[in-house]
Amino acid sequence: MSTVPRAPGAPPGPPLWLLLELTYRCPLHCVFCYNPVDFVRTGAELDTQAWLRVLREARELGAVQLGLSGGEPLSRPDLEVIVAEAHRLGFYTNLITSGVGLDEPRIRALKAAGLDHIQLSFQDSTRQMNDFLSSTRTFELKARVAALIKQYDYPMVLNVVLHRLNIDHVEDILAMAERLGAEYVELANTQFYGWAWHNRERLMPSRDQVARAEAATMRFRERVGGAMRVFFVVPDYFESRPKPCMNGLGSVFLTVTPDGTALPCHAARMLPGLEFPNVRARTVREIWYESQAFTHFRGDGWMKEPCRTCPERHQDFGGCRCQAYLLTGDAANADPVCDRSPHHHLVTAAVARADAGAEEERPLVFRSPANSALLSS
Amino acid sequence: MSAPIRAESRPALDRRFRLQWEAAQSAHVLLYPEGMIKLNQSAGEILKRCDGRATVAEITADLERAFGVTGLAADVTAFLGMAAEKRWLTVVA
Repeated sequence: MSTVPRAPGAPPGPPLWLLLELTYRCPLHCVFCYNPVDFVRTGAELDTQAWLRVLREARELGAVQLGLSGGEPLSRPDLEVIVAEAHRLGFYTNLITSGVGLDEPRIRALKAAGLDHIQLSFQDSTRQMNDFLSSTRTFELKARVAALIKQYDYPMVLNVVLHRLNIDHVEDILAMAERLGAEYVELANTQFYGWAWHNRERLMPSRDQVARAEAATMRFRERVGGAMRVFFVVPDYFESRPKPCMNGLGSVFLTVTPDGTALPCHAARMLPGLEFPNVRARTVREIWYESQAFTHFRGDGWMKEPCRTCPERHQDFGGCRCQAYLLTGDAANADPVCDRSPHHHLVTAAVARADAGAEEERPLVFRSPANSALLSS
Repeated sequence: MSAPIRAESRPALDRRFRLQWEAAQSAHVLLYPEGMIKLNQSAGEILKRCDGRATVAEITADLERAFGVTGLAADVTAFLGMAAEKRWLTVVA
């Protein structure tokens, strides 16, 4: 989203982007999921009326892009009701789905409710790897869902999360996307949070793998021209400057988790010292403008060196607070992706281990309620 | 890549985009899958007239009437060319 950073001290703008994680229930068990590993501890899901109230309150503040995610949002039988209200309020509605549960009656009902867009995830280009990486038998189902998406005249957006185990298949993945009639393809390298963080040593690609995948993407773009738009999101561990994560916390982005907890980023629940408000108890307006969780990292007052005096601090906002916390133990440190960070060696060391060959014997941990219970104890 | 913009062309918003007024931003925005472009005033005024029926000449005349100015043709054509290049618009020659 093109957003001009505000001058320091200027009043905060509205939460333009609202992401509702409607449920953590999911038929897939992806090893790279960014959901919290302790998701089984999450409280009861909000009911329909509570979600509708969140939509109304956020829209009143100026929220306009709506992501409906999870878990698998189709696990909620009231998804159509939520979409219909969002559409009535003027949101642009994006469904972010594995496709499981999207049969013809449901896509017809979602279309009638005003759903604008469906982003369908694939785990790989072959049934074997797709099904292994998600620990399900869903490859053919996804191909059927892709056909339904075309049939119902949606822009076709495929999302494939890349990592060490599938990044060498980029050429095949793009060929599959072309066969399915995709208009946009997001090749999103794994961001290491949640389950992906837990599995990082198995999922981190080598530099060679990333370079080959980028080259394959370039060749594909040259061949298809403007007919398909292919986004290749470079894994940030391979960069020397951090991503402008969320345009800075509390700047444009608001997530509500299944139990109503409001977060300034979908991974932020891990950050210590933040008191996350719940939409059951507070209005979206109070949450956005007043709560400590949303004001603490807003602006640049929280920054330490080297960010505090860095000329680029209003371009990347110090990078990602969650990554700073995961890698250095202090969320106010510079994101170690930045080569000005005194902790940058932690990132280069992780990449060096990947270049040398990952620890193949370390078991992959699949996202499941049983594993979540194990990792929560 | 896209057709040249002529006075008799009839531009229409591409079906992948939705144009709407956002009071909170005091601006027209273009919405598309997981994204948004905030438009300046003139861009919003031009795009909202691109309904696939009005010609470029009619759109220009309407803008000149609405804002009490003349000589907008070159600016309107240049903007429409850029918008077509970005695939915000499809242009029926």
